[in-house]
Amino acid sequence: MTEQVFTNCTNAGPVSVYMKDGKVQRIRPLVADEKDFKPWVIEAGGQKYSPKKKFNIAPYVHGERRRLYSDDRIKYPMKRVDFDPDGERNAQNRGKSAYERISWDEAIEIIAKEITRVKDNYGGSAISGMTSSHHNWGIVGYKMGPFPRFMNMLEFTPVLDNPDSWEGWHWGATHTYGFYWRLGMPEPYDMLGDALQNAEMIVFWSNDPDTTRGTYTGQDSALWRTWLKEKGVKTIFIDPFHNYTAGAMEGKWLAPRIGTDTAMAMAIAHVWITEDIYDKEYVKDRTIGFDEFKPYVLGETDGVPKTPEWAEEESGIKARTIRTLAREWAAKRTILSGGSRGGEGGACRTAFGTEWARMMVLLQAMQGLGKPGRSIWGTTMGAPSDVDTWFPAYADPEGRIATSSVAGFLPFNPTKQRLWRLTLPDAVLDPPVSWYGEGFCGQSLDQQFTHFEYPMKGYSEIKMFYRYGGSFMGTLSDTSKWVRMYQSPKLEFVVNQDVWYNSETRMADIILPACTNFERDDVGEWGACGGYTCHASSGSNFRIVVRQQKCMEPMWDSKSDYEIFTLIADKLGRKEEFTDGKTELEWVETFFNHSDLPKLVDWETFNKKGYHIINIKEDYKPTPALRWFAEGRDCDTPDPNNAKRGTDKAKELGTYSGKIEFASESLRKHFPDDEERPVSPHYIPSFEGHRSDSFKKYGLQLLSPHPRFSFHCHYDKHTDWLDDIPIHRIKKDGYAWWPARIHPKDAALRNINSGDIVKLYNDRGGVLCCAVVTERIKPGVIHSYASSAKYDPLSPGDSRSVDRGGCVNILTPSRMLSKNVPGMTPNSCLIEIEKWEG
Amino acid sequence: MARKGILIDVDRCTGCYNCFLACRDEHFGNDYLPLSAAQPLNGQFWMQIKEIERGQFPRPKLSYIPTPCMQCKDAPCISAATNGAVYKRDDGVVVIDPVKAKGQKEIVKSCPYRAIFWNEEKQIPQKCTLCAHRLDEGERRPRCVESCPTGAMYFGDLDDETSEISIKAKELNAGAFHPEYNTEPSVLYAGIPKKFVAGEVVLADTPGESAQGVKVVLDGNGEKCQILSDSYGDFEFEGLEKNMAYSLTVEKEGYATYTTELFTRTDVNLGEIVISPV
Repeated sequence: MTEQVFTNCTNAGPVSVYMKDGKVQRIRPLVADEKDFKPWVIEAGGQKYSPKKKFNIAPYVHGERRRLYSDDRIKYPMKRVDFDPDGERNAQNRGKSAYERISWDEAIEIIAKEITRVKDNYGGSAISGMTSSHHNWGIVGYKMGPFPRFMNMLEFTPVLDNPDSWEGWHWGATHTYGFYWRLGMPEPYDMLGDALQNAEMIVFWSNDPDTTRGTYTGQDSALWRTWLKEKGVKTIFIDPFHNYTAGAMEGKWLAPRIGTDTAMAMAIAHVWITEDIYDKEYVKDRTIGFDEFKPYVLGETDGVPKTPEWAEEESGIKARTIRTLAREWAAKRTILSGGSRGGEGGACRTAFGTEWARMMVLLQAMQGLGKPGRSIWGTTMGAPSDVDTWFPAYADPEGRIATSSVAGFLPFNPTKQRLWRLTLPDAVLDPPVSWYGEGFCGQSLDQQFTHFEYPMKGYSEIKMFYRYGGSFMGTLSDTSKWVRMYQSPKLEFVVNQDVWYNSETRMADIILPACTNFERDDVGEWGACGGYTCHASSGSNFRIVVRQQKCMEPMWDSKSDYEIFTLIADKLGRKEEFTDGKTELEWVETFFNHSDLPKLVDWETFNKKGYHIINIKEDYKPTPALRWFAEGRDCDTPDPNNAKRGTDKAKELGTYSGKIEFASESLRKHFPDDEERPVSPHYIPSFEGHRSDSFKKYGLQLLSPHPRFSFHCHYDKHTDWLDDIPIHRIKKDGYAWWPARIHPKDAALRNINSGDIVKLYNDRGGVLCCAVVTERIKPGVIHSYASSAKYDPLSPGDSRSVDRGGCVNILTPSRMLSKNVPGMTPNSCLIEIEKWEG
Repeated sequence: MARKGILIDVDRCTGCYNCFLACRDEHFGNDYLPLSAAQPLNGQFWMQIKEIERGQFPRPKLSYIPTPCMQCKDAPCISAATNGAVYKRDDGVVVIDPVKAKGQKEIVKSCPYRAIFWNEEKQIPQKCTLCAHRLDEGERRPRCVESCPTGAMYFGDLDDETSEISIKAKELNAGAFHPEYNTEPSVLYAGIPKKFVAGEVVLADTPGESAQGVKVVLDGNGEKCQILSDSYGDFEFEGLEKNMAYSLTVEKEGYATYTTELFTRTDVNLGEIVISPV
């Protein structure tokens, strides 16, 4: 049989799929015609920088074939053996009991009946459900398409997402420089060119872009950092772990005690103020509130000058080192790289992480944020990129079948009740729960101050939970409470629809097998988020929209998510409402026609060829991020979500004052007396750190950053080729263990050697890992990545059981960033570690 | 005749494992007879990544050395094989014939680079073929080279002086990994890490200021190197031979001179070196 080649796209790169005899033989980075590429060129320092004509996909995407055929695929609809919808439901056995195969007819029948029952008895608000981040790609089948379209039809209670990767920036930095429409991230435009042309130094603060890869854009930016290194740009890495970017760029490594980054930042400000080496004109013209900030830094308000010596006591970084860093930062054109997309970084996922993120913005403001080489830039976005050709992305309302105007009919959900993802288990087990903040607050700063209480008056508590994709056991905080939630009889019915068995799958009553995006038709642009991360595909060297061609029929008994919801809707007599009369392929074509692509390529060509590369125009003119603000001009960057752009306030930022706020006007208005997120930022010692009472019992800090060889939990567990990468998992005694990195001193104290199975534990639980003794971790810190997809409790069904899958998130605290900030704090976590004797 | 090879610039390798995984994807479960049999799930690393951690906290260094079959000109595996089971093609690729090599475990043992793996189930030795099956179909490079994001790998004909790989090899002064094996590999390396000595100079009378510009001298192995401490008071001597004795001196006018003897069995971080005023 002849070979067939299909195009497809993943969450970390476009691919070509080679089929032979009905089976996938290989999956390569998408093979495109060389003539389709017109690479951009950046001239800097007498050199010309230009990318190769190729797509640098993330490592795990090379394992797609293995993931596609994984033994962990959910092959058939399954029912928990002791679940009887007409009799005993045995909720307490979720996570414990076995499953039996059932037919699609039976599964759909049970689900439709339960939906009807719950809705009739309690109303639509008694149904809730949620998705996980990004286990597949393509806007038609994406988690924000079929799932919410169907759930809106049921008038369900949505679960609001917390910004789990960039909490402090979302809840803090926004009150300092706006950009709420980017959820606290700075605009990224043309920052690569600015870096190559102007930067003398880059401070990577809690940032490992070689590992986190700008979220979706694979490894295109790895080459940019190679250029910067070879150009001689000096690099500093502030991170308790000598991370992989630090290893690659060979920068100066500073390893502060976890949770003390804000103290270091304050001390840097102290040096700048006392030595008079900051941009006073910028501070005067472009900022407000410096007079409230400065006395705190100097110790005039609390009697504690925030000197480098003071910061040394907190952070363990020598005062002289902080002083030198501060002086070099002031003297050299220095980029602050505070996370993969500019912001993010583990330091913002700690107790009071808002304060660190705010300080990052303020430090850069003191050195003229927006001036050449003085940006906040993650080193992963901001290549020259065409912004005139619009193609919908998953976070664009226009890119979702649930909300796009291309749909003839849009289901409307009148339910106002909301749940908060981090407290969902608490809401089920111990209501009421309340919080401030409307999830991703991308519409206004004020959304962060909206108060929610669950259950909301007039609505039901949830009785049915529909889970779709992913694993929270390895990605959220204090996660054993999810097991307790699932075992509560208050959840009368639980469905889990996924492609693979994940950590929560076997806690459902009915399990439905979905297929991958290789087994259905779709369309998607590489790296594009749209919405609150507009123009994210500038993290790729080339914009490419991929016609995600169906390579094969769904395997086993799996079906596309779209088809599954169509079947349930049909059973409910509401098929047309759901499908809008369209097949998946018709939605693909509809979105294509809705976009700007038809101006460049006709449907037949695109559909057959499988991709279109959108090159920059020949007269491309860079508009570096925030240069307009620094220079007092109207905003000239092409950010469509900046509401002030094109108005008489176009010179302003998105803060209340339109300036950078050393004292926040939005916080002053809403929470003027909040000592945990004060009007002007403070350093507040961690509630679970070296000054806590529990430090005597649990004297090690756990650092659990985003992982290097999986995406959240995806690709782990289902792609066993990755188990041969010892950074990811370590094979021992027939099991692939999650690594935990420990300094030789801490290891010696506990008689631990590399390769030993160890137990990480505290009062919240215990997790088994494989020890890696390394000089690359600060003494007193254990490094073990978040995002294990394998939850493997020694006693299945017991929420207190030790897990050997590596879900270290079980150990992390439930406590939020601060009393009015409902963000997670996994890096404020004290543990102890010991050799596991079994 | 030609000599197809790979040049690996270790300084550009970020340890992303793309090459390892691309190789797995190409070969796992896929036979390309007569050039190669399918890679099994366990125990075979045709493109193996060696992680090299050097130095001590807080001055560690991290390098990766990707090691495929070296496609040696003077390949010990060819000599170790009987029945002509291992042969060199005209393009220089060393091929283990999966049929003829059956049962010949000696072939695995013959490789000083340990780049040949034993397939227990099929009873055959296996290794990288530079994706010869793809080159024969007209592809320009093996999967590993194709997947490298930073341009750390060059593929081409080492016998052609005008090829990119030859030019680059000259420019980077590339050579064999373990030249002492004397096998004339066609996989060449630049930037293989050697030993380094590091430390931080601190002035006892001004501990709150970094000691920039202090003279540090390293003497040994027939050479005397002198550098000045950087803005953080840090110094580093990189590229030293292993197992060599050195003496290191820190000198500043008005301060007591510090001298220590050291041996580069491992990389050495001397930590803080505090010198006091005389």
